[in-house]
Amino acid sequence: MKRARVVYGGTVHSATEKDSNSLRLADGRTVSQEEVAWLPPVEPGTVFALGLNYADHAKELDFNAPAEPLVFLKGPNTFIGHRGETVRPSDVTYMHYECELAVLIGRQARNVSREDAYNYVAGYTVANDYALRDYLENYYRPNLRVKNRDTCTPLGPWFVDASDIADPMNLSLRTYINGELVQEGNTKDMIFSIPYLIEYLSSFMTLNEGDIILTGTPKGSVDTKPGDNVVTEVEGVGRLENTIISDEALRT
Amino acid sequence: MILAKVKLPGSPVHKEITADLQNNKAELNGQFISPDSVPFDTPVTGTVYGTLLNFKGALEKMKDQLNEPPYKGEPKAPILYIKPANTLAAYGSPVPLPENTEYLQAGACLGIVIGKNATRVSEAEALEYVSGYTVVNDISIPHDSFFRPAIKEKCRDGFCPAGPWIVKAEDAGDPGKLGIQVFVNGELRQKNNTENLIRSVPRLIADVTGFMTLRTGDVLLAGVPEDPPLVKAGDEVKIVIEKIGQLKNQIVPEKQYLEEVAK
Repeated sequence: MKRARVVYGGTVHSATEKDSNSLRLADGRTVSQEEVAWLPPVEPGTVFALGLNYADHAKELDFNAPAEPLVFLKGPNTFIGHRGETVRPSDVTYMHYECELAVLIGRQARNVSREDAYNYVAGYTVANDYALRDYLENYYRPNLRVKNRDTCTPLGPWFVDASDIADPMNLSLRTYINGELVQEGNTKDMIFSIPYLIEYLSSFMTLNEGDIILTGTPKGSVDTKPGDNVVTEVEGVGRLENTIISDEALRT
Repeated sequence: MILAKVKLPGSPVHKEITADLQNNKAELNGQFISPDSVPFDTPVTGTVYGTLLNFKGALEKMKDQLNEPPYKGEPKAPILYIKPANTLAAYGSPVPLPENTEYLQAGACLGIVIGKNATRVSEAEALEYVSGYTVVNDISIPHDSFFRPAIKEKCRDGFCPAGPWIVKAEDAGDPGKLGIQVFVNGELRQKNNTENLIRSVPRLIADVTGFMTLRTGDVLLAGVPEDPPLVKAGDEVKIVIEKIGQLKNQIVPEKQYLEEVAK
């Protein structure tokens, strides 16, 4: 099942996909997908993100593939929903999307083995983990000023149940800017797989229900400009739309 | 009289108390209670953001490395890290020492509690967004390199004791003149003062909220002073911050920690 959280009629609703144009709200109403505001499909707990988890992307950034997962964290301020607006500061020269499969943890996990790891996954969604490379500094890199900005991590549209995704390690990832394909990859090329990441993280800390792992992005980084329509898509999971706006709009 | 708020077990809301800092007691409805006898929950409810290298002495200690690889330059913007929800712990909670680890680093921090959502706030207005202050022990496994995020070193369960209460901002006075002391088993091991911050509390809030919103209830850590004490299993760590309070926790082997948590 595909579930969403949307704002309609002045309040937040749980909703499910009815067909390609409409949603069914939990109270029974059917509404058009165009007439709601989309929130991230879950309220994120602790959010982990992976850097350099695809060998071709690591190479593109002139890094060797890491021997151990390169993990960083995100705060709740950074997330926005489907069809949201992401702010590009006017002093930035290179801001790129990152299409990622997001893994939603469904149960408390500590010291979970790779073999058991999928039992702790509730579902999946799509993330677009924007990076503003101008602000990179070599301290706790990638630093929060690059990766934890307001509006810079669209998430959604759907929470897709784990049981609906036969093999999460074989899904194509695609990004389109204004309709043009700019990034393409497959989750089978991750360096550290979903089960590996759950085993790794739970080996030294407790994962909780509501936690999310953004599993990294493949090669294909291209700069995005105000006005661009950016679609990140994961096969079978969803198609997450986003628009870049200039921070000039915040100043007036 | 110092007004503060605590979270007591069994209550989802904070309770207002009068804090007796000298005796480490809280007055609630005419009764005096101590976090040494009644377990207080951590008063922190939001996301905890730490700040790397925000004490002059801490940056000075690294000055020969800052322009060399991998850093290739001094930090420009505030370098933050997140202490996620699993790390939060209360006054008196045991802190686990992982197997095959000899020492932990006790990171004494002033915790700046955000009172209302703060986005692109100016330095002059910043303190209006602070509801209070608490004492935080930002525990780490000691690590020499700050190049990559220190998740394994900083984000383990129980690695962020905070409490025992949140002192109201107006009763804490100037956050730029607070003495910080760390005692290990009663012996003074570290002493510093927030007057030695590189970015003062209002400057830090202004610079951080320039790129991200701090939300109501979030806690921004002002920084760990240089030479944080190394502590081992059995040690009791007490952090005292002037006008705010004291936070006590004991380091225990991870196995014992898991048993105590299960209780």
